[in-house]
Amino acid sequence: MNVHPVIMAVAVVFTLLGAFFFLVGTVGLLRLPDFFTRTHAATKCDTLGAGSILVGLAIYTGLEFDALKILAIAAFILLTSPTTGHALARAAFRTGLVPWTVERQEESR
Amino acid sequence: MEAFFLGLAIFLLLNAFLCLYCAFRGPTVVDRILAINIVGTKTLVVLVLLAYVFGRGLFIDVAFVYALLNLIATLAASRFLETGRLEEEWQR
Repeated sequence: MNVHPVIMAVAVVFTLLGAFFFLVGTVGLLRLPDFFTRTHAATKCDTLGAGSILVGLAIYTGLEFDALKILAIAAFILLTSPTTGHALARAAFRTGLVPWTVERQEESR
Repeated sequence: MEAFFLGLAIFLLLNAFLCLYCAFRGPTVVDRILAINIVGTKTLVVLVLLAYVFGRGLFIDVAFVYALLNLIATLAASRFLETGRLEEEWQR
């Protein structure tokens, strides 16, 4: 596949940005104190990471049908990732999970 | 460029294993569902990357199906957790 070097550079920048956001999401999932903050980190960085990697790959592909499919996947993730985050947070809140605050942590000490 | 995409896929798989550790650690059920949802999204991106590494456009369609399954699984699990059943009132 013959790709112009400028297009290749743009694709590399987009994919590396996406990898960075995935790493941030993983670190947030590992380090944040309770479920709601973890949802915040995870869904946001997941949407942005997957979105920019897929957009980078679509730029790398050029004007082909595969690029359209990849952009469709990116749009789908852009719709569904906040939806699942909201559904999970609502389920957690309605089943009685209390959000973490500094005061409550200091009380429990 | 294929080597770069393969390296990126391996990096994402390492991240996915860290998320799997989060799913193992818990401590609540919603944490586990969230972690598995993120593993699913990472798997989807890895599938699209592998389509370029191996030169097979079919993997992109597989990634699309994986995105749909990921959405349905997470929504069904959260609804089951919230209401205790999978059907609404109007469905009976």
